[in-house]
Amino acid sequence: MSILIDKDTRVLVQGLGKTGQFHTDKAIAYGTQMVAAVHPSKAGTVHTFEGETDHTGVAGRADTYRTQVPIFADVRTAVAETGADVSVVYVPPPGAADAIMEAAEAGIRLVICITEGIPVADMVRAKRYLSGRSTRLVGPNCPGVITPGQIKIGIMPGYIHQPGRIGVVSRSGTLTYEAVYQLTQLGLGQTTAVGIGGDPVNGTNFVDCLEMFNADPDTEGVIMIGEIGGTAEEDAAEYVAAHMTKPVAGFIAGTTAPPGKRMGHAGAIISGGKGTAAAKIAAMRDAGIEVAPTPTDMGSAMVKALG
Amino acid sequence: MKIHEYQAKQLMKARGIPVPEGRVARTPDEAVAAVAPLVEASGNAVVVVKSQIHAGGRGKGRFKEHPDVGGVTVVTDGISGGLAATESRVRELAETMLGSTLVTIQTGEEGKQVNTLYVEQGIDIARELYLSILLDRAVSRNIVMASTEGGMEIEKVAEETPDKILREEIDPAVGLADFQAGRLARGLGLEDDAASNFVSFVKALSSAAVELDTDLVEINPLVVTTAGEVMALDGKMAFDDNAVYRHPDVADMRDTTEEDPAELEAKRSGLSYIKLDGTIGCLVNGAGLAMATMDTIKHVGGEPANFLDVGGGATADQVTTAFGIITRDPNVKGIFVNIFGGIMRCDIIATGIVEAVQRVGLSVPLVVRLEGTNVELGKQIINESGLDVIAAEDMKDGAQKIVELAK
Repeated sequence: MSILIDKDTRVLVQGLGKTGQFHTDKAIAYGTQMVAAVHPSKAGTVHTFEGETDHTGVAGRADTYRTQVPIFADVRTAVAETGADVSVVYVPPPGAADAIMEAAEAGIRLVICITEGIPVADMVRAKRYLSGRSTRLVGPNCPGVITPGQIKIGIMPGYIHQPGRIGVVSRSGTLTYEAVYQLTQLGLGQTTAVGIGGDPVNGTNFVDCLEMFNADPDTEGVIMIGEIGGTAEEDAAEYVAAHMTKPVAGFIAGTTAPPGKRMGHAGAIISGGKGTAAAKIAAMRDAGIEVAPTPTDMGSAMVKALG
Repeated sequence: MKIHEYQAKQLMKARGIPVPEGRVARTPDEAVAAVAPLVEASGNAVVVVKSQIHAGGRGKGRFKEHPDVGGVTVVTDGISGGLAATESRVRELAETMLGSTLVTIQTGEEGKQVNTLYVEQGIDIARELYLSILLDRAVSRNIVMASTEGGMEIEKVAEETPDKILREEIDPAVGLADFQAGRLARGLGLEDDAASNFVSFVKALSSAAVELDTDLVEINPLVVTTAGEVMALDGKMAFDDNAVYRHPDVADMRDTTEEDPAELEAKRSGLSYIKLDGTIGCLVNGAGLAMATMDTIKHVGGEPANFLDVGGGATADQVTTAFGIITRDPNVKGIFVNIFGGIMRCDIIATGIVEAVQRVGLSVPLVVRLEGTNVELGKQIINESGLDVIAAEDMKDGAQKIVELAK
């Protein structure tokens, strides 16, 4: 089992520019079913992806692949023609929020938005548009979602993952890789790893992922990786204390970050004394979460939490 | 992106939001020339001379060179002495303030040099209120915050008397509704003209915030005049960096003299850099990992000299720029490169590091931790370069090594 995506997921890519093409190719090499693309200026054509199979992904495939992905002008047509149920957005910032809304309107169940640098006001409107609809958004400004051995959607390197027992949810891309790699080296592996993104307005949050991991029979523990800014980690700690039946380990980046400075991510800022790492770590420890003192200790913190 | 008070007031005025009349001055002569028209137009003999820097607390701030002068000074000499007395006092103040260093609670000890003054008409104030518009992450919407405690630090009000802060969510599809503006007016105890003027003010300000993609609009104080007018006596605006591209008029307001030159150079190269006070320079890919690297350095007993995220697709040129920025900081006693190459391959990073060190030169120890795609090739490139580089096993090992070497 897994959460959000598995081997049967049919994926649509929105934005087949240079970045979209590169990562779609890597996803296909991993074994992801990329069934359609939406890119108005290339509508009606077919993009051929071919190369060497990434054998760290879906097992039992030939050593090379050649996949033809039809390109459509809009999401509604693409869904009608191909039955895609999940979309990944690589559309550049000015049009990314619009792409999210278009996917939702077409009935896509899960939109994973990789794009970094979307104006906050656009995301505020997109979230308003999503309210009352059944579409779930992951991101923006995130590495994506991967269920090792089954499917990879996003920009994460596939080979550091391993099918296994631990759920990973993180606001930071490279810190997710760090945690995943440690879990792989420890032989624990991952059920699903979800990057929820570093923006102040995003779709899926920690609590959503914790709920799903809690309900997933194959997930035995969860690593959550937060950073300074906002109160999402405090909310997650509250959920863990009240509802979580599985051990949780965690890490918070930004103990040394100065107040008032945006630390790369738009959402990573301590303002008005709120959103400090100390407050988050304290809330997590109070909830029984095993907080790693440094990122190098995330894997061992998970081992400790598992008992 | 931040702008000055006078620029925020220009943007407000252009949108029909009441602000006092004022003039910008970059020389004492310009400051003096501002006085007569302001006094004439307002019929008020009082003017205010306000330092324009990107930091709050200017009123209570003091100049390093002139500890008796405040960053915002009210000139009342004209009440008894007439225009000439006002002009003479304004000249004296402008000569003192321009070019001097203002220290406020937000500037840090080093303070900020004042290059621009804003000379403004005096206002007969009946009440001082607080008003701001900012993102509430918990609801993913902008909210209006208002309080009767104008002129106070809002964080303090929030902590000590949270019931004195009124909040209204702005629905992005509707804007601030009339009933919400009315509820705020009643909550602030406003009546008659003042209430209706406030409603127009807050609705216009909410629309402006949405239109201009602001991160924050803060009016502290918002004043009610003795005539019942509602006016922005101060005005602070900051903009969403991701949206500035669609507001060229706002982009033109950027005052680069207010920004750290190294941070500016980094930004121009697509790097995210923030200078800190420690001795260990850091070069990392990814914002979260960059923060975590700083934390790890601190955890093992060192102090980071900077935050530096080279991003997901750094080029050799960017890595070179990054090295240049780090090595120019005289506090740096050692450099820690921490890369988890996912899509970005370790061999490319390694090539970038070697080129950068060869171009920039290196006088302090360098520890490199590489992990990810093509890591063996990356390590080989560094080993064969002949550079004096210490390899680390993992992030913590690297942090320990560089902190030890930098002692």
